[in-house]
Amino acid sequence: MVAAATLAERSTQTGLAVDLHAVSHQYDLGKSILPVLDGIDLKVAPGEFVALLGPSGCGKSTLLRLAAGLETPARGEVLADGVTVTKPDPSRVLVFQDPTLFPWRTVRDNVAIGPQARGVLAASGARIDDALKLVKLESFANVFPHQLSGGMAQRAALARALVNDPELLLLDEPLGRLDSLTRLSMQQELLALWQRAGYSVMLVTHDVEEALLLAQRVIVLSERPARVKAEIVADRPYPRHRDDPWIVDKRREILEILGFAE
Amino acid sequence: MTSWPDPMTQAMSAIADRKEPALRAAFPVLWHNGLIAAGTWLLAAAVTFFLPDIVPYGSRGLFAGILAAGAAVLIVLSFLADRLGRIGRGLVHYGPWYIALGIWLAIWELITAKFGWLPKPFFAPPHGLFHVYVTDWERLLICIFYTARLWSIGFFSGIAFGFVLGVALGWSKTFAYWGMPVLKLIGPVPASAWIPATFFLFPTTFQASIFIVALASGIPVAILTASGVNTVNRAYYDVARTLGADGRFLVRRVAVPAALPNVFVGLFMGLYYSFAILVVAEMLGAKYGLGWYLQFQTAYSAYVNVYAALIIMALICSGLVKLLFLVRDRLLSWQKGVVQW
Repeated sequence: MVAAATLAERSTQTGLAVDLHAVSHQYDLGKSILPVLDGIDLKVAPGEFVALLGPSGCGKSTLLRLAAGLETPARGEVLADGVTVTKPDPSRVLVFQDPTLFPWRTVRDNVAIGPQARGVLAASGARIDDALKLVKLESFANVFPHQLSGGMAQRAALARALVNDPELLLLDEPLGRLDSLTRLSMQQELLALWQRAGYSVMLVTHDVEEALLLAQRVIVLSERPARVKAEIVADRPYPRHRDDPWIVDKRREILEILGFAE
Repeated sequence: MTSWPDPMTQAMSAIADRKEPALRAAFPVLWHNGLIAAGTWLLAAAVTFFLPDIVPYGSRGLFAGILAAGAAVLIVLSFLADRLGRIGRGLVHYGPWYIALGIWLAIWELITAKFGWLPKPFFAPPHGLFHVYVTDWERLLICIFYTARLWSIGFFSGIAFGFVLGVALGWSKTFAYWGMPVLKLIGPVPASAWIPATFFLFPTTFQASIFIVALASGIPVAILTASGVNTVNRAYYDVARTLGADGRFLVRRVAVPAALPNVFVGLFMGLYYSFAILVVAEMLGAKYGLGWYLQFQTAYSAYVNVYAALIIMALICSGLVKLLFLVRDRLLSWQKGVVQW
C-alpha cells in the first residue's frame, strides 16, 4: 500500500499526551442535575492505545466529548500536551458511533471537510485521495453516503478523521453498529492504521474482547456517575488472538469487575 | 410423397416465423391512440365549424382550421412516433390525454356556443377564448411583460430576504427570541392587508406592488428556512467543529445545505402565494399587467378576456413550478430516492 505509507510518512507528529485531572461533569436537565463523571483521573501517553470500558450510559461518551473539546468539564481539567483543552481542534478528532457523514456531500467531499474548514482544501487533494485509499474507498469517492453500506460509511468517517493527521483519535464505539464480520475486519484496520501513524487513541467500547484485542491499557469505568474502577495493562504483542488464554482470562476478570460473575 | 411436414419444411417455416418481427420493424409500429386523437380533434373541429353559434364569438373558422391542422399533425405523428425516440415515447405516454382533449373541446363547444347551456357572458367556448388572443394579443403581451417585471423583482427579492431572515432566525437564539413571535404574528396575515401601510411607506405604487409580492413569497421561505436550520441534526455541527470548522463554516456548509429540502418547500409555497397576490398587487395603480387585465376586464364584464388571461397565468405559473422542480432535483440529487444507482 504505497498510498497508505505516504499518508503515514507525512504525519510528523507522534501522538498527543492526554491528561484528565480530577474531571467531574454533569448535565443540567432543567428539573434535576445528572452527574455523569465523578473525579476521573486518566493519563494517556503519546501514541498509546487506551480502551474505555463500562456499562452503557455510564458517561464514556462524555469523557470523549471533553477530550475532544466539544464540552468543558464542570470541575477538573483536561490537558492535551500540557495545555488546557477549551475548544475542539482538528488534532483531536472524534469519530462517532453513527458515521454522521453529511448526506449532501459525496464521500470525497465528506473527507474534504477538515481541510476545507481549515482553508487548506486546494493544497490537500493528494492527502484526501490518500485517506480514501487508506480505507479502501477510492472507487467510491464520488458516491453519496446513502449509497454506502454500514461498514463503508464508517470507513469513510474514519478517512474523514485521518485526513487531518490527528495526534489523538477519539473513537466512540465506532464499530458498535456493524455486523460481526465487518466488525472483525474493521478492528484489524483500526489496529493497522494506529500502528502505522502513531497517534494516541482513546476507544470507547462495551465489547470487552475488542478492548483486549486492540488496546495497550483497558480502563474499566463504574456505573454513572463514572469513576475509574480498574485498570488492566494489556502488554501482549500484536496481532492478538481471541482464543489466547491470557485474553480469555482477562476477559473473565473484567466481566467480573463489571458485575457479570459466572 | 406424404403431405406430412418433414423436418426440413418445419425448420424453414420456423425461420420464416422468426423473420416476421424483422419484417414488421421495416414498417413503423402505428401509434393507435394518435389516430384516435386525430379523430376526436376532427370531431371538435367539425362541431366548431359546422354548427352555428347561438351568439357569435368570432375566429370560429380559424380555430376549427387549427384543430383540423392539429389532427393532421397527429395523423402524421401516428406513423412517426415509433422513430422519434424520446419525444415519441412522450407522445405515446400522453396519447390518452390528446384523445380526451379533443372530446373535451367538442363537449365544451356544444354546451357553450352551440346549445347555450352555459351562456355568454359568463362562459365562453374555446374559439371565444382563442378570439381574445387573436384580437388582443398585443395588449396581452405588454401585460405579460409588466407582470414578469413585477413578479420577478418581487419574488426574487422576497425569497432572498426571506432566506437570509430564515437562516438568521434558525441559527441565532437571540434573533429567534425577538423575531419568531413577530413572524408568527405577521405570517398568517394576507399580504394584501399591508396595502394601506405600503402607500405610506413607498414613494411609488410600483414599489408598493413589489413589496406586496416580495412579502407574499418571502414569508413562507423565511418560516420554512428557519425551521429547517433549527432542526439540523446537532451531530453534524459536532463533526464539523471537531474537524476545525468556525461559525461561518457551520452556517454556510452545514446549516444551509442541511436545511435546503425545507427551503424548497418554502420556495414552492412562496411561488404559489406570489401568483395569488399578483392581482391584488396590480390593483395599486398599475397601467398594465395580467392582474390589472383581469380586474379591468371583470369591470367591463368581459369574462372571456378574463378566462383568456387566467389561462396565460396558469401556464406561466405551472411552467415556473416545473422549472423550480428541475432546480430542486439538481440541487437535492443527494437525497435518497432521487438518485439511484
